[in-house]
Amino acid sequence: MSVLTSERPSGERHGEPGKRGRRGAPALALAILTGAAARLWLIVLLTAGWEVGTRIAKDPFFPPPSTILRVMHEIWFSGPVSQLLLTDKAIDDFRPSFINLFGGWSLAAAGGVLLGIVIGRSRAVGEILDPLLQFGRSIPPPTLIPFFIVILDLGTPMQVTTIAFGVVWPVLLNTIDGVRTVDSLQLQTARVFDITGAQRLRRIILPAAAPKIFAGLRVSLGFALILMVISELIGSTTGIGAHLINSQQSLELPEMWAGIVLLGLLGCLFNAIFVLVERRLLSWHRGARRLDS
Amino acid sequence: MLEVENLTHAYGDAPPVIVGIDLEVKPGELVSIVGPSGCGKSTLLRCVAGLQSPTGGRVLLDGKPVDKVPGNLAVVFQDYSRSLFPWMSVRDNVALPLRRRGLGRAERREASGKALESVGLADAGAKYPWQLSGGMQQRVAIARALAYRPEFLIMDEPFGSVDAQTREDLEDLLLRVRGDSGMTILLVTHDIDESVYVGHRVIVLSRSPGRVRADLPVGLPSARDQITTRERPEFVHLRAEVGRLVRGHETPADPAS
Amino acid sequence: MRRAHILRGAAGVAGAVVVAELVSRTGLVDPDSLPPASVVLWRAAELVVDTEFLTDVANTLKAWLGGLLLATVVAVAAGVVLSSTPWLNRATRIVVEFMRPIPSVALIPLAIVTFSSPTETKMSLVFYAASWPILINTLYALRDVDPVAKETMRSFGFGKTSVLVRVSLPSAAPFVATGVRIAAAVGLVVVVSTELVAGAGEGVGGYLMETQSGGGRPDLMLAGAVWAGLLGLLINTALVAMERRAFRWHTVRTAATA
Repeated sequence: MSVLTSERPSGERHGEPGKRGRRGAPALALAILTGAAARLWLIVLLTAGWEVGTRIAKDPFFPPPSTILRVMHEIWFSGPVSQLLLTDKAIDDFRPSFINLFGGWSLAAAGGVLLGIVIGRSRAVGEILDPLLQFGRSIPPPTLIPFFIVILDLGTPMQVTTIAFGVVWPVLLNTIDGVRTVDSLQLQTARVFDITGAQRLRRIILPAAAPKIFAGLRVSLGFALILMVISELIGSTTGIGAHLINSQQSLELPEMWAGIVLLGLLGCLFNAIFVLVERRLLSWHRGARRLDS
Repeated sequence: MLEVENLTHAYGDAPPVIVGIDLEVKPGELVSIVGPSGCGKSTLLRCVAGLQSPTGGRVLLDGKPVDKVPGNLAVVFQDYSRSLFPWMSVRDNVALPLRRRGLGRAERREASGKALESVGLADAGAKYPWQLSGGMQQRVAIARALAYRPEFLIMDEPFGSVDAQTREDLEDLLLRVRGDSGMTILLVTHDIDESVYVGHRVIVLSRSPGRVRADLPVGLPSARDQITTRERPEFVHLRAEVGRLVRGHETPADPAS
Repeated sequence: MRRAHILRGAAGVAGAVVVAELVSRTGLVDPDSLPPASVVLWRAAELVVDTEFLTDVANTLKAWLGGLLLATVVAVAAGVVLSSTPWLNRATRIVVEFMRPIPSVALIPLAIVTFSSPTETKMSLVFYAASWPILINTLYALRDVDPVAKETMRSFGFGKTSVLVRVSLPSAAPFVATGVRIAAAVGLVVVVSTELVAGAGEGVGGYLMETQSGGGRPDLMLAGAVWAGLLGLLINTALVAMERRAFRWHTVRTAATA
């Protein structure tokens, strides 16, 4: 059973352990600055090019980024301090979106891990369900949105269902794979020391499968954001996706761009938070892997 | 303590790996099992540990047949990097089996601390196994087995994956454990010198299918030393004999007899 | 053993169909919302001879394939260029890390107003979404090429291009192929999403929206989803099979080190 993750060649992500040694503070600061400059110049250049290009072209479909930022600030982030600077519109837009996103994702995560453990522990069950799982994960989730709209109507239940159904597959398949491929010697060790039942599940099987489970959770979080947007574009009157499609239909292009940029920032933010949490929880895995390779 | 009667095992339809093995280990004894590679040493061991049911014969521990892993038995595997759990600290690895002994948190901590101390790793408790060298990791695995306080300890090529110097240190550690704890120990190894150096008895298995080829007492004094013991004529003589048996030559008849 | 596996799988499929049939027939769930499995499967079979549906499928696949091929060519080329210019590569990495998590479907409204033809809209969105996984896998794979292999080539006097063609690209190829497979799945999601939003009777998504607006025909929708699933399964299986064939040396090697 192959696994849907962003499979990458192994190896550590950020090399260069930094040859800092006994250099003084100014030299160190300089090194950090030049390092940052070497990484960041392109993104600055691209943003500047975007600004200049759009100003020259004056194409109403492509407002300059400064305008986009200004609009973002106006419609969402110019609220009172008591609301963390969020405007009422921001709260109206963000709240339903976040409820859909995290509701669907949490449902998928809980269901995927639980089912995955059950299926992964039994070979027979796994073989019986294999074709169904392969089929289920192959359905592009948006194709089911019209169906969910008909049976659940527009609204949160439809969106949560869409997201949960769409993102459960990476979690489920990765959990099955992780639980099934626990090292045989680790299981034998557990048998020798009479670690059975819930103890075995909690202390041996789940930690051993955790790296794969987390990989699945991360893929599904990115996917959940996509499905949140698409389900709001099609079947919603509230949320960030609805804002996007409304401003497109009334041809308020800067507002639409503000939505796109906001979603991009949210994507980066969620991804970054997840990576941080994962690093904390799975520090043992990175350490052990580094020595293996 | 341990009796193995007419033990035979075959995997599926393949020819048997071990055939008609009989052996007995008395309490407090350390018995080494050597044999050429592929003689079914590990299969024998897995049957004794209850990790595998043999296709024929039986294993008795304290007179009771072994049908699952007995509670008073511990195993030290060769591959420490896989048998220690990388997600737990060294201390937690050692303390984990003690949960089944019904010990409280403080008692577990104390027992694991003592066990780590006895293998010379008193300061490594908070580290993760993969932060230690191979030899130290195998010490942790031994400490885990010791903390469990088994009456019977099985070691499957425990020093097969460490360098020669570390190997000697670990052999001496094993001798100390043997002396201090009074545990009964079954050691599987492919190293002939090692089998003689640490054992009370050496059992030689024949090439596949594995059978007991010889059962030789080690006539060396209990106090052993890496240099002087290996110089003793008894040691030299016995290792030569074991060597011949492992390689499949008959021991030439002693001209004196 | 292999036969038992297939038999169990078949039993699972049959069991699922029977259960779906029963919950609907016995009224456990409303048959108007969830039609019996037999009805859905019958509709799915009817769709095979429905020329309108087939045209929609062809439309969808055309845009998907076009975008995916374009993305493969551009992303692999970009990956090679970036990998051979370290100063550019370093700066690009952070741009890529920023751009990748942006949900591509957020660009659907923009693409709809920017491009005139629906096929162009879909192809450009698929191109955008499919480029990232391929580019990222290419970058990481080229970075992780065994330096010993490269130095071996160089020690025999081969130049940069030879090293690239004979060592770097072949050893990166399996990971690039994995990137393409991920991109294919993402592309399918994006193309159907775009059709659903555009809603102008264009492609599979348009077909599904029509059946929804026409008073809601869950049987037809599910039949459409069955085909979408089978199509996705077929594409994935075909790509996996191609990878296995082309990179047998790779699977052997990873199996040995695993």
